Amino acid sequence: MASCSITSLGSEVGRADTIGRMAESIAARISASAPAPRVVRPRHAVVVRATHWITSLAFFALLVTGVEILLSHPRFYWGEIGNVNTAPLFQLPIPSSRDTVPTGYDYVLPDQNGWSRYLHFQSAWVLVWTGLIYVVYGFLNGHFWRNLFPDRAELSLKGLSSALAQHLRFRWPGEEAQSYNAVQRLTYLLVIFVLFPLAVWTGVAMSPAVGSAIPSAVTVLGGQQSARTIHFFVSVLLAIFLLVHVVMVYVTGFRRRMMAMITGRTKGQA
Amino acid sequence: MRNISRRRLIATSLAASAAAGGLTTAAKLAKRYGLIPPDAGGVYGPGETLTYAVQRLLTRHSLAREFSRSQISKDPFANEVVPLGVAFDRLQAGGFADWRVAVDGMVARPGSLSLAEIKSFPSRRQITLVACEEGWSYIAEWIGVPLCHILDVAGAFPQARYVLYRSIQPDWWESIDMADALHPQTLVAYGMNGVDLPVPFGGPLRLRVPRQLGYKSVKYITSLTVTDSLKQFGKGLGSASPEGGYAWYAGI
Repeated sequence: MASCSITSLGSEVGRADTIGRMAESIAARISASAPAPRVVRPRHAVVVRATHWITSLAFFALLVTGVEILLSHPRFYWGEIGNVNTAPLFQLPIPSSRDTVPTGYDYVLPDQNGWSRYLHFQSAWVLVWTGLIYVVYGFLNGHFWRNLFPDRAELSLKGLSSALAQHLRFRWPGEEAQSYNAVQRLTYLLVIFVLFPLAVWTGVAMSPAVGSAIPSAVTVLGGQQSARTIHFFVSVLLAIFLLVHVVMVYVTGFRRRMMAMITGRTKGQA
Repeated sequence: MRNISRRRLIATSLAASAAAGGLTTAAKLAKRYGLIPPDAGGVYGPGETLTYAVQRLLTRHSLAREFSRSQISKDPFANEVVPLGVAFDRLQAGGFADWRVAVDGMVARPGSLSLAEIKSFPSRRQITLVACEEGWSYIAEWIGVPLCHILDVAGAFPQARYVLYRSIQPDWWESIDMADALHPQTLVAYGMNGVDLPVPFGGPLRLRVPRQLGYKSVKYITSLTVTDSLKQFGKGLGSASPEGGYAWYAGI
């Protein structure tokens, strides 16, 4: 319920040494000279947890409906226009839900675009509002500084290469890891501040109405079909992120990390 | 159970009631200013309303992008063309001389216009992009009469809120709000790339609504109905599209 519990740091240290050290390091990040009693924050604040799961649901819906919409024309182009009479940039080797698209398959999938488009845009609104709440919270509350912006040491070549090397050797910091390393921080920042905004921008740039109000939103991308193609690649990157993210949660302690993102608490914390 | 501070409880309930109040006020304002689409009922209503309301506020007077002559597609795609029926074939055999468009509803001078009469009105030509909801597109030059001129000639009442239009193809009818109906780029088009509009592209007459996706640009137009409510047409969802599962508003 409450997003943070106030306990005395001393009792935490007494209970588990590692947790105590974790709390100290978090407290040190919050403030260099915090007076006792200090605040031990939950692993994830309630706003982070709520926006995480709402975004997860919205993103899942966007992914499924996005694939459905894609099936009606699995060809991609660059520039302003493209259709079955023009040469594609590339075509996905999948069947289509329209018999006007030459796919090489002798069957046509059922048309699911109607509800898919309704749900795609509704989920996009949920994602946009949730994302805005999360970003405003992250800046006001210090979440980004505390958890996501890497410090200078982590950003150094040595810090980055050692974090990357650990990742590539599948060597995890262990159960007690309570903070993100530089690779994680940079990945999350890329997803939050580059990929999701780009997905929304390229999605909106496909709208003829938005193009009439803000033509430059389309032209700087290279045209409406370029926007569609970039939208596809950004979505693929986001889907890859989702896959890696879920695999990492699974291999580094599924139950513990799920509980941390659901209840905010990890084992040993009040 | 941990403590929930009184201050936190009060702040949360204040925020919740402010949000609820804000949403109610927003819904009332949206209704007052005609920002709720006719297919706003059902689970996708909130998303549709947000999209329509935001785009309407953003685009009331904005002009669709126009392109240079060199950008006109050499191979435009007409989409699949189904047989249009005996009535169409007879009109086509007569060079569409007998093609007529009924104009009725909330107008001072209801009646019907022949193709020749429509071609005698002041015309507008524009090079715009047709984007299909499926993902493909092409650019063409369109020649036609701005719909607002026909509404002027017929004397549309100021209470009018929508213009509904039907194709000679049964079950293909659409409607647009007055922001699009009175928009200078919304054409009753009879020409494409310098020639009479070819039949596969909607000839002799189609609507062109360049700020919305292709399915709003109905081909083979036979009637225009001016109305202040869409409730009495079909299932009351605004057009055939929502009845087939597609959104009424296609600005996105």
